[in-house]
Amino acid sequence: MRRSTPGQTVGPFYHYALPYPGDHTLVPPGSANAIRFHGTVIDGAGDPVPDALLEIWQPAPDGSVVRRAGSLHRDGFTFTGWGRASTDTTGHFSFSTLRPGGPDAFFAVTVFARGLLDRLFTRAYLPSPEPAPFLKGVDAERRGTLIAVAEPQGFRFDIRLQGDGETVFLNFGTDER
Amino acid sequence: MSSQPSDAAAGTQAEISAEMAEIDKTHTSTGHARPQPVLNYPPYRSSILRHPTKDLHHADPEEIERWAPCFGPQDVGALEADLTVQHPGEPIGERIEVTGRIRDGAGRPVAGQLVEIWQANAAGRYIHQRDQHPAPIDPNFTGVGRCLSDAEGRYRFTTIRPGPYPWKNHRNAWRPAHIHFSLFGTDFTQRLITQMYFPGDPLLALDPIYRSITDARDRELLVARYDHEVTRPQWSTGYRWDIVLTGPHRTRFEEDDA
Ligand SMILES: [Fe+2]
Repeated sequence: MRRSTPGQTVGPFYHYALPYPGDHTLVPPGSANAIRFHGTVIDGAGDPVPDALLEIWQPAPDGSVVRRAGSLHRDGFTFTGWGRASTDTTGHFSFSTLRPGGPDAFFAVTVFARGLLDRLFTRAYLPSPEPAPFLKGVDAERRGTLIAVAEPQGFRFDIRLQGDGETVFLNFGTDER
Repeated sequence: MSSQPSDAAAGTQAEISAEMAEIDKTHTSTGHARPQPVLNYPPYRSSILRHPTKDLHHADPEEIERWAPCFGPQDVGALEADLTVQHPGEPIGERIEVTGRIRDGAGRPVAGQLVEIWQANAAGRYIHQRDQHPAPIDPNFTGVGRCLSDAEGRYRFTTIRPGPYPWKNHRNAWRPAHIHFSLFGTDFTQRLITQMYFPGDPLLALDPIYRSITDARDRELLVARYDHEVTRPQWSTGYRWDIVLTGPHRTRFEEDDA
């Protein structure tokens, strides 16, 4: 394997570059079957992180992997399975999307922020009476950080970068040197 | 805000440089490989409250993570790769080409994938409300570009060489000139946001963001090289910067199968 190019922080000045109209609306809010996927990003002092950027990548409601372009110029009809949202001044992010389908479904989540030197990966599993096999391998007291909370309009998923209730972040075996 | 110390309260460059040297020494003497960059890197003050303290949890990618989002020609306009033609006039500064190849760890080109860049103008100023650096805004330069890599994984941008800019990490802190890059691979797990630097910049050694990659072999991968083959006569100087993504997890066989 070649030595991979290291990451660097997204920095403070991405707001005029990475966000774009429609970035966090994978489907128009209020459309049939639209759900909200939202939460707050919190730092090690318990303060909201107002300059974080999140991306989600998810299967379609039937569990299939979407192989369709058009995330940057959404036509209002094509579900691409991918979206991007910036946190607001209260550290809150929000997506309008569809429920991910298939067994043990989750939203794959990438977190970027000023102060965070490299991206972090995590998963937001849909709540289920029987936890996904992967979750059974995570410490019981930390497992909950990987499970979204059901709400009438969708799911809530808070992300704690550090400290009490620190979110479980993932290493796919690609970060070793 | 505790995560963004004020200039007055901050240390000097000498103090930051001493902290960075101390970390380098510890890492060299203990010898074991670390993920790069190091997420817990106190010389970069904003990282102190924003890095996870627990080890990352190993996960084998599930099906969705073995695929990356798709982008296509409908997502990116042809002119978005030229940051010098987005306004009625010519931007001020040194016109440059930046090009290179994107490959995965197995050397396979990452074809048809989205590349996004953003940067300061020639004076070191971003068009961003939060950039308070009293350097001129260039009405002919926004500093945002996009393109799709070609079949060989090549990307190419025409832009203006960005200037270095001050920041508030410590007293008299300056970021080396850089272009921010955002890249996708063929799987979700290859997602990369990073910064490209310019060769020979004396600010690199002083910069805690660059130095958070504590292994010199790794951080030097972020420095482009001047390439006269990329330079265009009577038009622009040229830089080459190749990118290697991690992975892949998906094999060529699965690719053909899909
Ligand atoms: Fe920057």
